[in-house]
Amino acid sequence: MKKTSADVLPVEGVYGDEPLLAVDDLHVEFRTRAGIVRAVNGVSYTVNPGETLAVLGESGSGKSVTAQAIMGILDMPPAHIPHGEIRFKGTDLLKLSEEARTQVRGQRIAMIFQDALSALNPVFTVGWQISEMFRVHRGMSKADAMKKAVELMDRVRIPAARQRVNDYPHQFSGGMRQRIMIAMSIALDPEVLIADEPTTALDVTVQAQIMDLLADLQRESQMGLILITHDLGVVADVADKIAVMYAGRIVERASVHDIYRAPAHPYTKGLLESIPRVDLKGQDLYAIKGLPPNLLELPTGCAFHPRCPYRQDNCVTDVPPLYQISGTRGSACHYWREVLDGER
Amino acid sequence: MVNGDRILEVRDLVKHFPLTQGILFKRQIGAIKAVDGVSFDLHKGETLGIVGESGCGKSTLAKVLMALERPTSGSVLINGRDIGRAKGAELKRMRRNIQMVMQDPYTSLNPRMTVGDIVGEPFEIHTEVAPKGDRRKKVQELLDVVGLNPDHINRYPHQFSGGQRQRIGIARGLALQPEIIVCDEPVSALDVSIQAQVINLLERLQNEFDLAYIFIAHDLSVVRHISDRVGVMYLGKFVELGKDTEIYDKPAHPYTQALLSAVPVPDPEGREQRERIILQGDPPSPANPPSGCRFRTRCWKAQEICAEEEPLLQIRPGTGHESACHFAETHDVVHIG
Amino acid sequence: MNEATGQSGHTSALAEAPTPGGLPKAKSGRPASLWSDAWADLRRKPIFLISCGIIAVLVLMAMWPSLFSSVDPFNARTCELATARQLPSAGHPFGRDNLGCDLYARTIYGAANSLVIGISTTIFAALIGGLLGLVAGFFGGATDTVASRVTEIFFAIPSILGALLIGSTFRDSGLGIWLVVISLTVLGWPMTFRIMRAAVITAKSQDFVVAARALGAGPGRIMFRHLLPNALAPVIVVATINLGGFIAAEAALSYLGVGVQPPEISWGLMIADAQRRFLEAPLPLIFPAVFLSITVLAFIMLGDAVRDALDPKLR
Repeated sequence: MKKTSADVLPVEGVYGDEPLLAVDDLHVEFRTRAGIVRAVNGVSYTVNPGETLAVLGESGSGKSVTAQAIMGILDMPPAHIPHGEIRFKGTDLLKLSEEARTQVRGQRIAMIFQDALSALNPVFTVGWQISEMFRVHRGMSKADAMKKAVELMDRVRIPAARQRVNDYPHQFSGGMRQRIMIAMSIALDPEVLIADEPTTALDVTVQAQIMDLLADLQRESQMGLILITHDLGVVADVADKIAVMYAGRIVERASVHDIYRAPAHPYTKGLLESIPRVDLKGQDLYAIKGLPPNLLELPTGCAFHPRCPYRQDNCVTDVPPLYQISGTRGSACHYWREVLDGER
Repeated sequence: MVNGDRILEVRDLVKHFPLTQGILFKRQIGAIKAVDGVSFDLHKGETLGIVGESGCGKSTLAKVLMALERPTSGSVLINGRDIGRAKGAELKRMRRNIQMVMQDPYTSLNPRMTVGDIVGEPFEIHTEVAPKGDRRKKVQELLDVVGLNPDHINRYPHQFSGGQRQRIGIARGLALQPEIIVCDEPVSALDVSIQAQVINLLERLQNEFDLAYIFIAHDLSVVRHISDRVGVMYLGKFVELGKDTEIYDKPAHPYTQALLSAVPVPDPEGREQRERIILQGDPPSPANPPSGCRFRTRCWKAQEICAEEEPLLQIRPGTGHESACHFAETHDVVHIG
Repeated sequence: MNEATGQSGHTSALAEAPTPGGLPKAKSGRPASLWSDAWADLRRKPIFLISCGIIAVLVLMAMWPSLFSSVDPFNARTCELATARQLPSAGHPFGRDNLGCDLYARTIYGAANSLVIGISTTIFAALIGGLLGLVAGFFGGATDTVASRVTEIFFAIPSILGALLIGSTFRDSGLGIWLVVISLTVLGWPMTFRIMRAAVITAKSQDFVVAARALGAGPGRIMFRHLLPNALAPVIVVATINLGGFIAAEAALSYLGVGVQPPEISWGLMIADAQRRFLEAPLPLIFPAVFLSITVLAFIMLGDAVRDALDPKLR
């Protein structure tokens, strides 16, 4: 590997026992006129090289805000991080200068978004936009950078890359645009890739292509992948471990096999049971009752208690910690044993 | 479960959008063939699911059924009368029998109307349905039926969550007591935990009012749950049409097989062994579809005949339901692995 | 079964939610509508009450100026050239103008012409431009093309030049200040047209319009129930801002000899007259200008309050 600016980043430090990326007790709040919106309330998770962490949650669960905090792309204000650490190879990103942060962003930790069309600039060719990464961060000449852009487009399997490198974003289909986004995000060989609902806007067959591509790229480069999604199917297909978020907290953390076999939090259990199943055709689906919480006025105690079939009196008053069930498995439910045993 | 009377008959339905060039003297240079020869029946109390990817024409089909777009050719017969050619008072009367639930609960409700005005608008348009004095009571009944608090009649849409708004849209669709409701992606904009509530509501209403649904969605597992029959669309045509069990357990068309195998299964067990047919490339443009079979450019079974001869939607040897493939053979892609 | 619990779950959640202020509860029995809710909201808004108060005083001033001033400025004997540009004194609170006439009386009596021109032109321009914009935006196609081209022709005419042309052509028609209103309206509506048309086109693409069509709603209902309320906000803002512009434009026309002519009085005319000797005597310009500003401000505040009241999200 040739020496590049990325190698002289302040983020080398001690990296022995530390995971590649660790989010530790992160809090994010938005100070709005209507009050303080507590979007993230003490989230912790880790990702290691070659590992896929799925962050599962609905809109407003804080899953995307956490990712934006990792990337350092939250608008502050109104966003505010009163507490928490985001350690990349042992260095707390939140304590870095803005300059050092910019070095990490895009080069060491990259992100792809749901809406590839709006993330690409419509007035520049895709080749120009991909090669920009090399010109700006690696100081390459225009010609060399363009060559690299074609290589990358090949790598993300865009057919006829050499001919299409001078096309504009609108000339590509949704799936191809998402590939271009992926090409840009992996251009500088990041160690962590955050994919925020990367296939939600795409059709099923195209979604399968993109997930396949991401898995291949990860195998080749041993990136740590954080996959943010609401789709239980996608998670089951690709994830190694899962963090389920609800109302800004992680309510359950487990390996993918454990969680689908036996969920330990009523919310996870409800989500899994509400999936239409063949043997239940003609019957009502299981539906989690009630509505997602209002982040301005979170319920007291466990935020899920108004919708929970396992609720007891102390759920209304006591915030459940993330109880350790075994190893890395955890559930933020006072009655995780009952949930795990399937009693109700 | 095809037992009721046939209330909707769609025959050779075609909808082309002309592509024109020039400002003053418009010249047609081609056409987007959004719907290109679709035929099916719908019976009372039945649900026909329609699945397909974006650009396959399923939303245009919904618009033509709703007489929001005029068909280029073909007919849409509701109880024997063609809504595609109806005009004026007759069209208005026919609309009472076919209503829709739209995808986006945020844009489908007028933000400057109260819930009472939104759900009551059908009665204001079709004044013969409910006398003026009864309308408010009827609106409150409808809100109650869809699981909303009837006292919230004076609230505005932004005071409700996505799932509740979708209930308001459903109440509006029910107001005229139609026999057919076209649901265009009715749950895809909702949170996962809310989708099940809305699907259950739609099923309950179907039983209660003997409704027939055209249920358009891209989520195959939801379609399977709610549908009696399923049609798979590709580039403006049905490639396969059959009972839900036939489509899901014995798909005969390669596209259906690819579509089913691409759906992520919410179960990590055995995911490495699962059969995956990953199609190459994107669907071709509906302005210039391939000759013969439209799927042949992405099909692993394609032969010369596929480019020359268009496969018709018919029951093929060895299969029990209609499919449009020269080489149709049933192949269970869901249960292997 | 689960569905039932789901319902009770969220109906109670909603019942617990605070009722947003100003919305009459359903139990009161009267159905709410956008307009009745907007009215209920406006009645409690200080900005709306203040602006209405100011406008009421101005209207009173325009209709019965003698209530405010005992001096009749149309009576030439009240002016004395010898006292020209006299500073405020007892009986002449604003002082005297360049011709020695009482400035206070003239300002009060000038309100009538200025308000009639400003308000009428604003209303006519908003009505004509708004309606045409609504129709052109809704029907699109050939209707839109024709309407838009016509508007562009009007846009191309320099306003003052156009008004000058109309004013001088029909000088002898005996229309008086209404001629000013007509010429300013003719040149003022295209702006409203463009804004309304753009807002209607945006609103038209929303699903609720499709839903209304699917219910069988005719063009009239779609335009006036669905599109107009959703396209009105920018038109109100621009109309109230334009109001001041029209009163000022009247001054320019008077200056060029086609607007209100002496011995008639208007704020525009007074400002135009006072301009020449502003450095020696600023007051004859400042007083009518202050009245003009207060008028414009009051209408802008009114417009803002109405616009906010018509948006349920802001209540």
